[in-house]
Amino acid sequence: MSQDGVNNSRRLLLLGSTAAVGAVGAGFVAVPFLASWNPSEKAKAAGAPAKVDISKLEPGAMLTAEWRGKPVYVVRRTEEVLGMLEGLNGRLKDPANDNKAQQPTYADNLQRSRQPELLVLLGVCTHLGCAPKFYAEVKPEPFDADWKGGFFCPCHGSRFDMSGRVYSGSPAADNLIVPPYSFEGDNVLVIGIDEETA
Amino acid sequence: MSQQKNPIMGWIDDRLPVTVTYEKHMSKYYAPKNFNFWYFFGVLSMIMLVNQILTGIWLTMNFTPSADAAFASVEYIMRDVEWGWLLRYMHSTGATFFFIAIYLHMFRAVLYGSYQKPRELIWLFGMGIYLALMAEAFMGYVLPWGQMSYWGAQVIISLFGAIPVIGDDLTTWIRGDFLISGATLNRFFALHVIAVPLVIVALVVLHLLALHEVGSNNPDGVDIKKHKDENGVPLDGVPFHPFYTVHDMVGIVVFLMIFCSVMFFFPMGGGFMLEYANFEPANGLKTPEHIAPVWYFGAFYTILRAIPDKLLGVIAMGAAIAILFVLPWLDKSPVKSIRYKGMISKTLIPIFGVVFAILTWLGTQPSDGYFLGLINNTTLAQWLTAFYFGYFLLMPFYTRMEKTKPVPERVTGGH
Repeated sequence: MSQDGVNNSRRLLLLGSTAAVGAVGAGFVAVPFLASWNPSEKAKAAGAPAKVDISKLEPGAMLTAEWRGKPVYVVRRTEEVLGMLEGLNGRLKDPANDNKAQQPTYADNLQRSRQPELLVLLGVCTHLGCAPKFYAEVKPEPFDADWKGGFFCPCHGSRFDMSGRVYSGSPAADNLIVPPYSFEGDNVLVIGIDEETA
Repeated sequence: MSQQKNPIMGWIDDRLPVTVTYEKHMSKYYAPKNFNFWYFFGVLSMIMLVNQILTGIWLTMNFTPSADAAFASVEYIMRDVEWGWLLRYMHSTGATFFFIAIYLHMFRAVLYGSYQKPRELIWLFGMGIYLALMAEAFMGYVLPWGQMSYWGAQVIISLFGAIPVIGDDLTTWIRGDFLISGATLNRFFALHVIAVPLVIVALVVLHLLALHEVGSNNPDGVDIKKHKDENGVPLDGVPFHPFYTVHDMVGIVVFLMIFCSVMFFFPMGGGFMLEYANFEPANGLKTPEHIAPVWYFGAFYTILRAIPDKLLGVIAMGAAIAILFVLPWLDKSPVKSIRYKGMISKTLIPIFGVVFAILTWLGTQPSDGYFLGLINNTTLAQWLTAFYFGYFLLMPFYTRMEKTKPVPERVTGGH
């Protein structure tokens, strides 16, 4: 083929425009592949609220409920425990709930709960998602010589107090999440619904 | 020539370059004659790759990738499928031996500077294989859907959540659900059996093509192409086939003997290869008491844990892997092999090997334990992490500073 009289700028334009159209096409084709990884409609619909009978929950005890496949910790705290919360502020990363995403507005208080004694927390460590273990007793623990009771994550050693606030020195940066919840009467806790509609 | 001897080969060669390719990569690929023990691990990695592909295909024939049935189908393979237990143990033990071979293969490259110019691309393709292999092994471990599968996946996928702004959406996208679920298991199955193996095989082909383009390094780090005979054959080279194919057979047999001993008598590897908690079906409400990765991820897991901050920990872990990619550009030494490098490199390279081994060990241990009863695991992990990064980051300086020994013209030793 002769190279005489070749219009280089026209070649460049044709090359550029076909490449651009091709790239846009490839971009559109990528959409279904990437979007199919999002949660399906079925997965999105599985978010039904969970109802838990808390009438048998003794002071100081914890029960684990399941909500959207995740553990939810429900603890009935004693007056003694509630009295200690304030004094821990100096040892915590976010004692005053500055990160508003970690709890609904009605739990944005010292106890991080609607009813002061009843703690409701998502049992998912804010570090890497393990389920922290409940260490209720106030006594020296291997992971903390001055332990005031709370949650300890077995995976990477994050520590949380009795209202789910993270201790300084933990790999986790945020307090445990308080899920939306409400009550049906005195004995039924509804996890997943904010308003007391029932 | 062979083409003339065999009319059938001649017919084929006119249409497909079989003989030429065979000669280029086997009978006329001249490898240095002074290969030592360390040069077995490339071919051993290949053997393990073939083992994983073969046993993997057979395992898929009886495995069910769903949250309800996966755990039971693995038990079905172990108990009811004829020889199913052997296929599974070949696969699970194979993963460990694949990593043993790969780690020793990589350490060989560090010892003899095999990543240095002109072999940077070989190293990069190799690192690509290593990265893909880690993804492959991680997703494979999720498939039996035991407690460790579940919580291992939870922790590893949550690592992406540390990325600012997009982190949470990204983890949901990877899981395909708001928690680790059957959707996650199913896509990991697809990636584990189709996507990642294709990538690994493609990278292995590129790794070998790049190697055969520039030729193999050797324990002396000298270029054998500098001295050739009248036919253009390197004086210090021997044809890969039959010399090294036969030589490698011995290594393969010994390696497979060890492989079989472990597979038949210690298929769990003392909990380091198959963890005890994984004999319990996945339970999203309860994390096992002691959660640890399989041994081959130990070093990077330790680096993650050593830093008491989520984002920085993830960055450190990513950097620990990423820094390996740029190794060819960190080593400024005029010589390749440890044999001729200066005292600093000679001292640091073996120490680096030991440090990496201890980091690996620590990854399988609780972070609040004590190493040999002497030092807190986390404190030790922090020191060793500092060494790990120091070793690489200071390499441009100490490899340039130190006094190297003169490299001989021809290879030493050999047969």
